[in-house]
Amino acid sequence: MNLIRIIGRAGVRLTRNLGSYGLFLMNTLFWTFSSPLKTGRVIEQMSFIGVKSTLIVLLTGAFTGMVLGLQGFYALSKFGGEAMLGPTVALSLIREIGPVISALMVTGRAGSALASEIGIMRITEQIDAYEVMALNPYRYLVVPNLVAAVLCFPLLAALFDVLGIWGGYVVGVKLLGLSPGTYFGEMTVYLSSSDVFHGIYKSLSFGLIVAWICCFKGFFTEYGAKGVSKATTQAVVICSVLILVWDYFITSVSF
Amino acid sequence: MIEILGLHKSFNGNPVLKGVTLTVREGELLALIGRSGIGKSVLLRHIAGLMRPDAGTVKIDGTDIFKLRGRDLVEMRKRFGFLFQGGALFDSLTVYDNVAFPLRERTSLPEAQIKDRVFNELEHMGMKNDWNKYPAELSGGMRKRAALARALVMGPSIMFFDEPTTGLDPIIGQNILDYIHRCHRELEFTAVMVTHEVQKVFGIVQQVAMIHQGEIIVCGSPEAVRQQNDPVFDQFVRGDSKGPVQYI
Ligand SMILES: Nc1ncnc2c1ncn2[C@@H]1O[C@H](COP(=O)(O)OP(=O)(O)OP(=O)(O)O)[C@@H](O)[C@H]1O
Ligand SMILES: [Mg+2]
Repeated sequence: MNLIRIIGRAGVRLTRNLGSYGLFLMNTLFWTFSSPLKTGRVIEQMSFIGVKSTLIVLLTGAFTGMVLGLQGFYALSKFGGEAMLGPTVALSLIREIGPVISALMVTGRAGSALASEIGIMRITEQIDAYEVMALNPYRYLVVPNLVAAVLCFPLLAALFDVLGIWGGYVVGVKLLGLSPGTYFGEMTVYLSSSDVFHGIYKSLSFGLIVAWICCFKGFFTEYGAKGVSKATTQAVVICSVLILVWDYFITSVSF
Repeated sequence: MIEILGLHKSFNGNPVLKGVTLTVREGELLALIGRSGIGKSVLLRHIAGLMRPDAGTVKIDGTDIFKLRGRDLVEMRKRFGFLFQGGALFDSLTVYDNVAFPLRERTSLPEAQIKDRVFNELEHMGMKNDWNKYPAELSGGMRKRAALARALVMGPSIMFFDEPTTGLDPIIGQNILDYIHRCHRELEFTAVMVTHEVQKVFGIVQQVAMIHQGEIIVCGSPEAVRQQNDPVFDQFVRGDSKGPVQYI
């Protein structure tokens, strides 16, 4: 009897939680399309989410590509397929690793900051101040982040891919002696535009996920410094898990 | 006119408001007093529609504010001015931009006129020289005054003040009260002012209400409440540690 009650209560709580995430997203999308954008805020947030993340994305991109180069070369040489290094590196970067790792890096750098910034605005009543001035806080605080993230994530992933391919080139060609013609030549043969679009769709959806979850966690933070730190941690954890789960989901659907 | 009808609110099972009923007549300034942590800010947030009650309601000019949606709610809130206890200044904006914010977002005034109104308001708060500072660079009292400027700049018809003079030195505090008094006469807003400065506000308010243990225990004109001889109210006004309210 007790067990049923516990399960029931957990079920109700889960449904209510999921419902509030869903409602939050619906509200945000509604205000994105139904009112003029706050362009100034969007540009500020693009600078924060996008421009300021370039360095970390470039660094992680280069090293990821180099590891892929090393590891790919080792695996391919087992059956004499070293010539395939270029396509292997490029395909895995563009379809999978670029969007995923760049999204994870940006979550750690910008997503946590978004959650804590909005959380602090909640506990210092700044969100209430918007409401009581008859201004919609979604329009000012959430929508600009969503738009900025959706625009920036694909660009950051593209940067990551470029640096990664370059990293693979450095290792494969400069270090391990593959010819540059093989590395780049085979790439154009095996890579199609659908692979690129696949990566772009992924990045777009990751941008949406990160902005959505981080803003949600900040928006409904509990009170006090503890509340904000909890919201921040949870935002990063939930985003990271969701990015990987969603990544698997889209990849499996696209095959 | 603001009518508060049987308002109940609990947080995690702890009741804070236990049936608060209170009326603020048109153009009246009401002082809400009560000991710290008793629920004054919570009550104010309910009246402005920032919190939903468990039971009871608030009517402003006959409209139930918890039933308002969308455009009607926006129209109602356009009449509000709210001074939050902590100021609630936007910390990414300077003092000037904070005060100009509602003007820029809600009116189409040219920047020159906005500037005049903002500086006019800041001058009354003695904040004219701090216009380009960020909230983080201000003292608590300065934040309060900047926030007050922002709350008043739109010329609201319904004002909520949450402790406008707390944290200010006595002279500036008195100046602010004088300014509120003047704004009240000029704009004729209906207002609720949470305050601990019981003696000082008696001269400028039309009604005093005291909240205690979730209910309004004393309410009336300043002269009337002084003659009621309610022991809690008297202790509060005297600021006495001996009496029916014991903290320790
Ligand atoms: N969001 C909230 N969640 C849980 N409890 C709350 C919340 N807001 C207020 N409370 C509780 O409600 C009670 C009243 O708080 P309130 O802020 O209204 O006090 P107050 O009368 O304004 O005090 P002060 O004069 O110190 O500002 C407090 O016990 C507080 O713990
Ligand atoms: Mg308070």
